[in-house]
Amino acid sequence: MTAATMQRNRPSGFRISKRVLPYVLSLPALLVCIGILIPFFTSVVYSFQRYRLSQPWARQFNWGDNYISFFTDPRFWNTLEISLLYAGITVLLELLLGLGIAMLLQKRSTLNNFISIMLLMPLMTAPALAALMWKLMTNPGFGVLSYLASLIGLHDFRWASSPSTALFTVVLVDIWVYTPFIMILLLAGLRSLPTQPFEAAALDGVPRSFVFFRITLPMLTPYILTATLFRLLDSIQQFDIIYAMTQGGPGDTLTVFQVEAYLNFFQSTNVGRSAALMIILWAITYFLSNIFIKNWLRLRERARGQA
Amino acid sequence: MEHTSLLERILRGIALTLVVIFFMFPIVWIFMMSFQTNETILRIPPQLVFKPTLANYTALITGKLTTAAGTLDIAFMRNLWNSVFLSVTSVAVALLLGVPAAYAFARHKFRGSEDIAFTLLSFRFAPALLVLLPLTLYFQKLGLANTYIGLIWVYQLICLPLILWIVRGYFEDIPADIEYAYRIAGHSWFATFRKIALPLAGPGIAAAGLLAFIFAWNNFVFALVLASADKQPVTVGALAFITSSGIQYGQISAAIVLSITPTLALALYAQRYLVEGLSLGAVKG
Repeated sequence: MTAATMQRNRPSGFRISKRVLPYVLSLPALLVCIGILIPFFTSVVYSFQRYRLSQPWARQFNWGDNYISFFTDPRFWNTLEISLLYAGITVLLELLLGLGIAMLLQKRSTLNNFISIMLLMPLMTAPALAALMWKLMTNPGFGVLSYLASLIGLHDFRWASSPSTALFTVVLVDIWVYTPFIMILLLAGLRSLPTQPFEAAALDGVPRSFVFFRITLPMLTPYILTATLFRLLDSIQQFDIIYAMTQGGPGDTLTVFQVEAYLNFFQSTNVGRSAALMIILWAITYFLSNIFIKNWLRLRERARGQA
Repeated sequence: MEHTSLLERILRGIALTLVVIFFMFPIVWIFMMSFQTNETILRIPPQLVFKPTLANYTALITGKLTTAAGTLDIAFMRNLWNSVFLSVTSVAVALLLGVPAAYAFARHKFRGSEDIAFTLLSFRFAPALLVLLPLTLYFQKLGLANTYIGLIWVYQLICLPLILWIVRGYFEDIPADIEYAYRIAGHSWFATFRKIALPLAGPGIAAAGLLAFIFAWNNFVFALVLASADKQPVTVGALAFITSSGIQYGQISAAIVLSITPTLALALYAQRYLVEGLSLGAVKG
């Protein structure tokens, strides 16, 4: 039923309340969130200020200085590089793994359904606690993974505490937590695909690789895009796993955007630099989320259509 | 049906086994560690067979850890209570605010409705610290620093978008004709909302609430920034464990087990709705 017919047919006597009603219903939710918008604008202001909590008297506008200094700041380039690297590696590996697992579980059977439910458990574990679990397992003294590594000849594998393997370790934890996310979305996607093209291809004896690249992948693309962008948005902002595991260390090996901003704020109390970092990260996520929302809406309409 | 060769079936079986081992092993291992004494845990190679002990759990629950060096207080039960309280209240508030708003967005296309809905959605994707860091300074001025009210307010950033967008989908699935027929019979919009829309969207609302609870429970950064020890939930509290002296690895494991059990149990209970919830209503399971 369209809005026009609803208006024509609605009972009389509700004219005013009907127009105001939706605002009344959504206002409280909105008000709560507006309180959150104020700090956002504060962040913008801070990012144009020289502002250190340790020297409040020296607080003043320095306009673009925080941003301009980034160009010559190796620590900033390290932050940018490690954030992009982290997001790129985790999302790519999770996508490949998630797609693979979803295809293994595609056929509806009791065992497959049971496994797909079991695989949800890492995803439902708090990422900070997941990092803690892996920290216990990679402890050099008693960690079971350190022991297993020594069995295959890696006797002094330092996991998160060595600069050369820290990224590998946090990526591993991220994969453990978030692969099921991609898997479960793609599994839902795979199972919602129409069966006719596949039956036709099987009748014609079309090779499996052809079916995969020319039928499955194109039809699955909206799901893959949504899942990938969703994960990219979260992954570029990853904080919990990295902070719980290494607090950005060793050294500045893992100072991704949010960790670096947190350390800037609370350790070096450099509010201005911290805010400028967050604004840059926000710009990146804003760009990504616009692409994401377009894809997400398309999928959402399709899902509503099925209902 | 497609024909699968024996070799392919074996390969699939091996692949699935590896997948299950990789994703299940950490949970199983931490679960086992939580029933071990420090001596067993520190033994190399790691023990698969051991005499289970409940000492770690009793230490956490009584809050007293007796060691050779003396008695140590553990505040973990406080963290657990904070997690329960913060998550339950945040979800209750989010449902109270979010369900009427979701109904408004689903049923009435009013001016700015889509903009408002998308603004709420965008909170889900903005970097948390962008808002949290200035908020710490504001909260100190407002006296909201380290209060439950301040935390519950900020937790709306997680719970509200989720509830709004999922519940909106469920309201949209209810044919408007049903509500309309009820209105024609002379009932007010509120009666229609309460007697028709709410019960029909009920399962969806419950599922959205459960998911919001899981996300609130699993949140780490909000409480890390805004709460000190006595208000911290388990995610932050358990992390403090690993650095505090005297706490043993078995107790950390037991704390982790106690902290993840509620969300895992809820997830298994609500798994039918997880796909839809995780994709904010974009994909149906």
